[in-house]
Formats: sequence, structure tokens, C-alpha cells
Amino acid sequence: MSLSSSAIMAPPSDMTFKGGSAPLRAGIIVFPGSNCDRDAGNAWEALGEGEAVYLWHQENDLRGVDVVILPGGFSYGDALRAGAIARFAPIMKEVTRFAEEGGPTLAICNGFQIACEVGLLPGALVRNERMRFVCRHVGLRVETEASMFTNGYRKGEVLSIPVAHGEGRYVCDDATYAELVAEDRIAFRYAPQTGNFVLGADSGEDYNPNGSRDHIAGILGGPQRNILGMMPHPERAMHTELGSANGRPLFEALCAVMNVRH
Amino acid sequence: MPRVIVYVTLKPTLLDAQGRTVQTALHSLGFGEAGDVRLGKIIEMNVPEGDEAGIRARVVAMCDELLANPVTESYRIEVEA
Repeated sequence: MSLSSSAIMAPPSDMTFKGGSAPLRAGIIVFPGSNCDRDAGNAWEALGEGEAVYLWHQENDLRGVDVVILPGGFSYGDALRAGAIARFAPIMKEVTRFAEEGGPTLAICNGFQIACEVGLLPGALVRNERMRFVCRHVGLRVETEASMFTNGYRKGEVLSIPVAHGEGRYVCDDATYAELVAEDRIAFRYAPQTGNFVLGADSGEDYNPNGSRDHIAGILGGPQRNILGMMPHPERAMHTELGSANGRPLFEALCAVMNVRH
Repeated sequence: MPRVIVYVTLKPTLLDAQGRTVQTALHSLGFGEAGDVRLGKIIEMNVPEGDEAGIRARVVAMCDELLANPVTESYRIEVEA
């Protein structure tokens, strides 16, 4: 792959930071094949308190960012397995250390696949049950408010957030599943707009886009529930004009936490 | 130089969506006898001469660390002299 890093590393020209104190800096990890890095950066900067720092996969330094975002895309062309090769990128050593020390880490779509391959989150994401690449808004039920990502939502609330993936079927063994449930680490489940379904009884055919185990769409991990992996794209749900602004509270919640830490 | 072939497949407990699709296609072509079709990957490589046990041990390490995802996949190794 002859992708030039200079094109991707160019500083964003449309900075929207309006705050008076130091901006909250989100490090967006850019791999060859990432394609939602700018979306994530734009979402972060749309809040008006943040600055996106694009970190090329060959770098060895997170440059002191406050938050790390592993964006969506097809890192390394999904060679071998989605997310499998990203593990060996030099920057991932630093990302792993950051996340394991409690640094807020948001892993979206391919980022979620990478986080599972690296071992930051349990389980894996495999080919969608019905084989189709699914690209549409889905209903997403908030399963827990207890995290720095989800405390701006109400438990049971149903969000409209887009998915765009061919390998998003979350699988894990029974022990892992029991642990996720017991520790309240399931952040989001796919759901009908009513939010009502019976776990284990409903196939989810109408609302589960990929056949994920018990409709899991996002899970939490890390020592302080500081890692969120999710297949849907909250960064693509920032403006009602574009279909939904339901992703915005997630980024706002993260900003609020970071402002307190600052 | 020995040739190593690694077969990686989804664990039997996991639904193989690709395999199911291929099976449906085979059935519609009239090959109704095809059952439990499963797809996987073949990874081939050359390795230096050595005793087979030693070669296998190295390839097992490759599988565990990279070639197969222990959560979802199982693998089988063949060594051709």
C-alpha cells in the first residue's frame, strides 16, 4: 500500500475550538484504510471545546491527548481478519497502555474490531449472519448509564444511530457473556424503536442487523469502564439535519468528564 | 524446503454465514447432498528444514499469536516434507 501519510497528517483547517481554556484533545488513530477518522474528528470538534489530533499508525507517541478514538474503516484492507493487523502498528502499544491505565478510549466499528483483536475488549466480531453489508440507521437501546460515554443518556432510551459494516456480529463464549452481564458492561443493544424485546425469545430479525449475540452493539471495558467498543457510528449522528443527533450526547458526556479531570 | 499448510476455520459452534450461503447455492444447483458446508482460509508457507515436531511447535505459536483468532477460529496444520 502506497498511501501517503502526509496527506492524512495535514492539520485540519476547519478548527472550531471556541473554549477559553486549553482544548480537550482527542487523538484519532489513522491506519491505512481508516475512513471515518475525519468524521470522528469533526464530531469531536463540533462540540466547540475540542481539538482533533490525527495520529498516524507509525507514530510512537500519543502527544498527550486526553481521549483516544479508534475510528471506523478497513485498516490494512481487513487482511487476515478485520482488525488483526492493526495490532502490530507502533502506535497501538501506546494506545493499549493508555487504555489500560484508564484513558478514555472510544473504539468505533473497525476500531471495535481492533480493540477486540488487541485484547482490550473480550470477544470478537465476525461476518454478519445474513452476509450483507448493512448500512442504515438502527435502533440502539441504552443498557447502562454507568460510564463516561453513556451517562448523558437514560437507561432504556432508544437511539437512532447508523451502522455500516459487513463483520459486526459480536460473539463471545458463555463465561465472557456472563461476566459482561454481571458487571453491567453491555452499553448498547440493537432494539426496535419501542425498545421492547424479550432477550432469548426474540430472534431480532427486524432490528438486529448482524446476528450479534443477544443483540449486543457495544460493550465497556478497562479498569474504569473507560473503553467503549461499538459497531454503530455515533460520530455520524451529530446533526438532526443529517438524520439524527443521537450520537452527540456520547461525545458531550466524554467532554464533560474530561473537563472535570482538567 | 518443507511446505506448511495451515487451515483456519470458524469454530463448529459458530454459525458460518459464508458456508451457509454457499450451501444454499450448491443446493439450488442440484447438489442437494452437500451438508454442513463451511468455509475457511488456507495459509501456506515455506519453512527451514528441521524435525517436524519443531516445525509444528513454531507454526502453532504463529496460529495462536496471529493466524487464527482463538475466540472464533480453530486451525489444523499439515507439514509437507
